[in-house]
Amino acid sequence: MQTEIILAKYGELALKGLNRNTFEDILMKNIKRRLKPIGSFSYTRAQSTIYIVPESSEMDLDSAMETLKKIFGIAALCKACVCEKNLEDISRVGISYLEEALLGARTFKVEAKRADKQFPFKSPDICRELGGQLLEAYPHLQVDVKHPDVTVMVEIREKNAFIHAGNEKGAGGLPVGSSGKALLLLSGGIDSPVAGYRMARRGVHISAIHYVSPPYTSDRAKEKVEQLCQKLTAYCGSIAFFCVPFTEIQEEIKRYCPEPYFTIIMRRLMVEIAQQIAAKDDCSALITGESIGQVASQTMQGLVCTDAVSRIPIFRPLIGMDKTEIIETAREIDTFDLSTLPYEDCCTVFTPKHPKVRPSLKEVEAAQGQYDFTASVEKAVANTEMKIFRIQAGNAFKV
Amino acid sequence: MEYYLDHAATTKPCPAAIEALQRCLTTHYGNPSSLHRLGVEAQREVEQARSWIAAALGCTPQEITFTSGATESNHLAITGAVQTYGKRKKKLVVSAVEHASVRNTMQHLQNSGYQVVTVTPDKNGCYHAADFLAEVDENTCLLSMMLVNNETGYCLPVQSVFRAAKRRFPELITHCDAVQGFLKIPFQVHTLQADLLSVSGHKIHGVKGIGALYQKNGVHLHPTFYGGSQERGLRPGTESVPLIAAFGAAVQTYGGTIRERYQLVAEKKAYLLEQLQTIPNCKVHSTADASPYIISFSMQPYRSEILLHFLEKRGIFVSSGSACSKGKKSGVPVLFGATELEADSILRVSLSAETPNKALDVLVSELQAAREVLLY
Repeated sequence: MQTEIILAKYGELALKGLNRNTFEDILMKNIKRRLKPIGSFSYTRAQSTIYIVPESSEMDLDSAMETLKKIFGIAALCKACVCEKNLEDISRVGISYLEEALLGARTFKVEAKRADKQFPFKSPDICRELGGQLLEAYPHLQVDVKHPDVTVMVEIREKNAFIHAGNEKGAGGLPVGSSGKALLLLSGGIDSPVAGYRMARRGVHISAIHYVSPPYTSDRAKEKVEQLCQKLTAYCGSIAFFCVPFTEIQEEIKRYCPEPYFTIIMRRLMVEIAQQIAAKDDCSALITGESIGQVASQTMQGLVCTDAVSRIPIFRPLIGMDKTEIIETAREIDTFDLSTLPYEDCCTVFTPKHPKVRPSLKEVEAAQGQYDFTASVEKAVANTEMKIFRIQAGNAFKV
Repeated sequence: MEYYLDHAATTKPCPAAIEALQRCLTTHYGNPSSLHRLGVEAQREVEQARSWIAAALGCTPQEITFTSGATESNHLAITGAVQTYGKRKKKLVVSAVEHASVRNTMQHLQNSGYQVVTVTPDKNGCYHAADFLAEVDENTCLLSMMLVNNETGYCLPVQSVFRAAKRRFPELITHCDAVQGFLKIPFQVHTLQADLLSVSGHKIHGVKGIGALYQKNGVHLHPTFYGGSQERGLRPGTESVPLIAAFGAAVQTYGGTIRERYQLVAEKKAYLLEQLQTIPNCKVHSTADASPYIISFSMQPYRSEILLHFLEKRGIFVSSGSACSKGKKSGVPVLFGATELEADSILRVSLSAETPNKALDVLVSELQAAREVLLY
């Protein structure tokens, strides 16, 4: 009976100095939490690798791999087969375990890593032995050391040897929770989910805030954002979702402020509300999906005007990205199709025909000064509803 | 209180349809192809429904094929006819205001090398038979026109176009998407001179997931997929007996009262139009001779989706007539003469004979209220 396990390797984390343990602990906690719905595993870590060993042979390792690929902090991962630390067993297990990978390849090479220097054979010996055996077992194969279809890896570790058919790419980045917590302004468009994903990838724990303006915006629009939030949990972990009633404020801006400044004033008030919520939710920064020059309120002057009201940093991870690049990521993380559902959202309500493209802070402050929004902002914050989205366990039936 | 004014989108299944559904799920649950008694019972259900639908369309039961709905009927009719008759004749003529299921099938055929000519209405939003006839020639394989436009209720001159075209080109295949006209405005397939005609179950108080295609005896279609010999091999796959039976029951319920209901609904439409006139800036886009079942109007400057949700919160369900702020406009209202701005604020109200006048009163008073409450 072959024992199959998963090896998860961390990249950037290994470079950390004295903090390394803290990062590793967070990553371990994230992995354990995410794999729990799939089954019970035991974990050990050594040499920048986490060994994930299923406690029964009926466990669905493919689902575990898919889940692990979405966990930030893991640079590469693979399924591997455990064998005894002797050349016969390595060859025997290699031939049967690698069947699927090798039948699907034309060329291969063998690489060996000897972490246990006590092992009597040197790496080239191991490669030669296993390579020869594999060639004999799979006569269609040719050796190609430069561009092989499959790289067979043999790792000789302390207790066992592991054989696998090469690493798959992980999500990279830093483990979520290792870089603090920030509040994402989530509109329902293409950009904001990508912004959240990008920051989570740098280890930031995300909460999300969304503004609704019934009857100008619909339940469907809100549902869509909630679904986006749910999608993001696959990468970001649990997300606290704050929903702000925004109708009154939008109506007030519409009534009392000059039309060309509508959007920019709206964004300033959104930021004002967001930082109050951020303070309550222990978030130290805001995140937006703004990309410079994309729309009228995202010109540099526009951003200056929104930044002016913020007492905490606003992170804009997409600031220098093209729309096409943003869309590419949105497709990768599977938020694009949801984002492009055509419902009115709070950002499309009352949009001025000719918005001010390069507003000066003075003008904007004067325009906003036509009305005192303090009470409405307070009310909106007080009436904000919170909901927590958690990672959904796979709902496949056991086979 | 809820007022449903979106009958062109779908209708509430009638009691007879639900009863038939229940019967076929619990008692007559056999496979119509089975040789035993349960199979025979199920087959009887299917054939009974088929004969009722045939009766309503004025054709023989053998000319009816059950499909999964009108989208499939339209697709089967068009691609099936093109595969049979379009080897040498590569031209297809179609109205510009068709449902997406026809429009996108045509688009697909155009991409695969067919010449698709779309006929647009004149600048007043009217269609003239001559405009279609000018495009039909000896190379035309198929002419497809909808009977009643789903967004405005406009009735296309299908009968005069089909009859004249057939007189000139007897080989021409005519297809009509009659979804919004079936059991609502009186017609028979032979007077229309349609060779192919699509209808749907859920628009006439049946259930969703079932439709039918009328295929004139002598007209041959290629199936779009292959399998068993159900529906004469044209539409293989085990028949959905419960949905078919429910469809049949609905047709039996409403088939005999088309003219009476038409009259009733026409009165309701007249009543609503009169009321709408009292609202400033409210413009009716449906023409006087349109199907009374569908009324399209705009109330500028409010956007459709916003009005729709405003009404929804007050228990009134209407449709935004496909206008969307984020680029998914159908373009149909504009073809019928609405300006772009009007098209952004179009609402579609669609009636049934059972719609109470109270619903129309509430609609109008809430539209008045919207003008006072909503900003734009």
